[in-house]
Amino acid sequence: MLHAAVLLPFLAAFFIPFIYRGVKQVHLGWFVLAVPILLFGYFLTFINGVLKGVHTLKTFEWIPSLGVNVTFFIDGLGLFFALLITGIGSLVVLYSIYYLSKAEKLGHFYVYLLLFMGAMLGVVLSDNLFVLYTFWELTSISSFLLIGYWYQREKSTSGALKSMVITVFGGLAMLGGFLLMSDITGTTSIRGIIENADLIVNSPLFTFILILVLLGAFTKSAQFPFHTWLPDAMEAPTPVSAFLHSATMVKAGIYLVARLSLVFAGTDLFFLIVSGFGLLTLCWGSYMAVRKTDLKAILAYSTISQLGMIMAMLGFGTKAAILAAVFHILNHATFKGSLFMVAGIIDHETGTRDIRRLGGLFTFMPITATLALIGTFSMAGFPLPILNGFLSKEMFFKSSLHFEHASPIVEAVSPFFPYFAVGGSIFTFIYSVMIFFRTFTGKQRDTLEKQPHEAPIGMLISPMILVALVVIIAIIPDTFGHLLLAPMVDSVTNLVVDPHIKFWHGLYNPELYMSLAVLIFGTLLYMTRTKWVRIYDVLPGKMSAAKVFDALMNGMVKGSEKVTNIYMTGSLRHYLVYILTFFIALLAITMSVTGGFTLSFDDLAPIALPEVMIAVVMAVAAFGTIFMNNRIAAILVLGIVGYGLSLLFVFFRAPDLALTQLIVETVTVALFLLCFYHLPDLDKEKSSSGTKVVNWVISISVGVIVTLIGIASHSTKMFEPISDYFIKNSYKLGGGDNIVNVILVDFRGLDTMLEILVLGLAAIGIFTMIKLRPGKKGGNE
Amino acid sequence: MQRSNDLILKTTTTIIVFIIMGFSIYLFFAGHNAPGGGFIGGLMTSGALVLLYVSYGFKTMERVIRFDFKNFIPIGLLIAVLTGVGSFFFGQPFLSHTDAYFELPILGHTHLATAILFDLGVYFTVVGVTMTIILNIAADEGEEELSKQNM
Repeated sequence: MLHAAVLLPFLAAFFIPFIYRGVKQVHLGWFVLAVPILLFGYFLTFINGVLKGVHTLKTFEWIPSLGVNVTFFIDGLGLFFALLITGIGSLVVLYSIYYLSKAEKLGHFYVYLLLFMGAMLGVVLSDNLFVLYTFWELTSISSFLLIGYWYQREKSTSGALKSMVITVFGGLAMLGGFLLMSDITGTTSIRGIIENADLIVNSPLFTFILILVLLGAFTKSAQFPFHTWLPDAMEAPTPVSAFLHSATMVKAGIYLVARLSLVFAGTDLFFLIVSGFGLLTLCWGSYMAVRKTDLKAILAYSTISQLGMIMAMLGFGTKAAILAAVFHILNHATFKGSLFMVAGIIDHETGTRDIRRLGGLFTFMPITATLALIGTFSMAGFPLPILNGFLSKEMFFKSSLHFEHASPIVEAVSPFFPYFAVGGSIFTFIYSVMIFFRTFTGKQRDTLEKQPHEAPIGMLISPMILVALVVIIAIIPDTFGHLLLAPMVDSVTNLVVDPHIKFWHGLYNPELYMSLAVLIFGTLLYMTRTKWVRIYDVLPGKMSAAKVFDALMNGMVKGSEKVTNIYMTGSLRHYLVYILTFFIALLAITMSVTGGFTLSFDDLAPIALPEVMIAVVMAVAAFGTIFMNNRIAAILVLGIVGYGLSLLFVFFRAPDLALTQLIVETVTVALFLLCFYHLPDLDKEKSSSGTKVVNWVISISVGVIVTLIGIASHSTKMFEPISDYFIKNSYKLGGGDNIVNVILVDFRGLDTMLEILVLGLAAIGIFTMIKLRPGKKGGNE
Repeated sequence: MQRSNDLILKTTTTIIVFIIMGFSIYLFFAGHNAPGGGFIGGLMTSGALVLLYVSYGFKTMERVIRFDFKNFIPIGLLIAVLTGVGSFFFGQPFLSHTDAYFELPILGHTHLATAILFDLGVYFTVVGVTMTIILNIAADEGEEELSKQNM
């Protein structure tokens, strides 16, 4: 049943194109809507079990021999994310029905969206590391498809490519970490790994594993410095941004860190990396968001900074911090989802998302404005009892003040954390306020393409539900705390918490003053923002992550092109130099390392005078060919070497070889002459003296190496030769006295057969080259 | 191109070709027990043929030799492969050879080996290959000479 639930979106994705073709009158989204709603209802039924501590586990054997089985597992954490995915998924599908017109390619859109939903469910419910990885990459791919949905726009495709490159880079790093983890613990199950956590923590590869796994989590969750893909992913249709890039996919990394917290948490390295980068992302994201003028870009940077905040809390690792983190995941999903939808509505009804051109929309769009008001103020953490963002922000401040484990490093860095937290929150306050006031208040500009008016009710339903949730959660946080958050904290830390969330902490609590500081400084800075906005020219200046990424990509393409151009010159001489140099280096190194060179004079035949004379003549002729300036003469002199060889065969008593060599040499010399005679009179290539020296060195080294190998191999006799067998059995088995011929046609007949095949192919090759030249008949060559 | 009257060359060729042919056939048959065999025999035969082409020219030879040397290549390869396949019929592995003595009508007590069939395949292939290469290159040169003269 659980497997069917995860499979349902994939199945639906398979049937969607058929429905799309068949039913034209009804918007395709209505058919899709049933899927997430059904799943949401199905997952709701698990709440009771999870509350009682019953964890559902279902296994389907996939590759049992490798321990890779599709095991789905429902505990507090997985159930919460499953509800989030299907719940927000239903709202997004509903919203998209009104957002996307029927003229768009709806079939594509919903297939990708359903694929993504299924993959995301797989990620959060998998118990098997490698199944999790499979679904993880599937989310990357479907997100790539969704970002590039309007593929005719260049910005969409480049944004899709960027997100693909970064998330797949992280995904592969994560796979490496997973492999090491499963290798060390001997299991592929996440629960099994958690049970054997001490094996991983104490292994020498721990640092390596942690960094690899966190690379995966950080790239997916857009942590600094990998956050640069998220603003570019805003080219996707707004429902996609609301679903993937605020509520679900970017939280996959958060999920992974939370899921593996039981393995890594408690170590200093985990604490430093996760909370350090989390805080850095929080500050950088909120700082950069203030600079942006596009609504979706502001929301994208805001998402980055909020994810950094959640990540930081996961890094703190205390009970209170984890509770705050999971609470903020829920809150962020509600208000950020609604804000994206509001941004989509504004875009849809006015034709622009640029806050410099918007203003005074309150009178035209009162409902949208109210929704935006609650969403942005909740994001800012405005101290009102109906805003859930304030509650989780207070908890964040509180958790940044108290740390449980007391290693020297933690004590050294932790005092700085509250300042970062407050700093990041001040900027969060500024951009949240900026979104609302610059869009909905002030003067109305008359440059808009459309006359602004209120959105259709269907488009407003989804953000209304989300904003209602914002308020409901804020009013009755304890109910949600008991139902969802407590089981989640339990699965992240194995501790039972009392999820009692208060609005008022009393007058003497530092977090109250931190919130007040945020409120006061935020208001002041917002009022005076025209004065200090120039600071952005200094920082980031030219060093934004997007520019670094572009420079890196360009550098890699250009750099590899340069490297390739250096050695791929197109000159055969150069390639020959490489090949021979490697040949020499390999053989020389092998011979010197293994001590392979031996010299023995045991088995040498006496040297006769004619042999010496022939050898001298051949050597002189060989040298002569090098210095010949005339090609024809060089060929003829080379012939001397060939005939000398056949003479040597005679002296070495190899009549068959001598005969063959004689005829073959004649034929080749004749053919060479024929070809060279007709070659055009080109000037001889004049090579520089440096090249000549290199050529000399290489050819002499090749000669020396081959000679040494020849001597060495003659001096080492490991086995008796098998030629005795041939001599004895040539007549008995082969029926002939000519041993060479009997070997050729009888003992080793297969070689001969293939050699005549080679000859035949050569002849056919020559025939085709001569007869079937292009342009031969037309004569236009 | 004006051809000179090369009567001496033609006459000697007529005699010498028979000698070379005979020698090549000798080499082919002697292969099993003395130096020689299909490869050298084939090369020698091609030598004789080339000599004929050199002295009598293409046009004359086209009338004398009607078959295409290209066909020798597949024929030779086929003979060699079939010889190997033949051993399957006797339940032997590929390319197993056998030999035996036979009483033949004219030759009397004769030693025959299946290896000679394989050698025959080699012989045909080598002749086909050599002649194809040489004749094609030569014909191509001739054509180019012609096209140069026409220009």
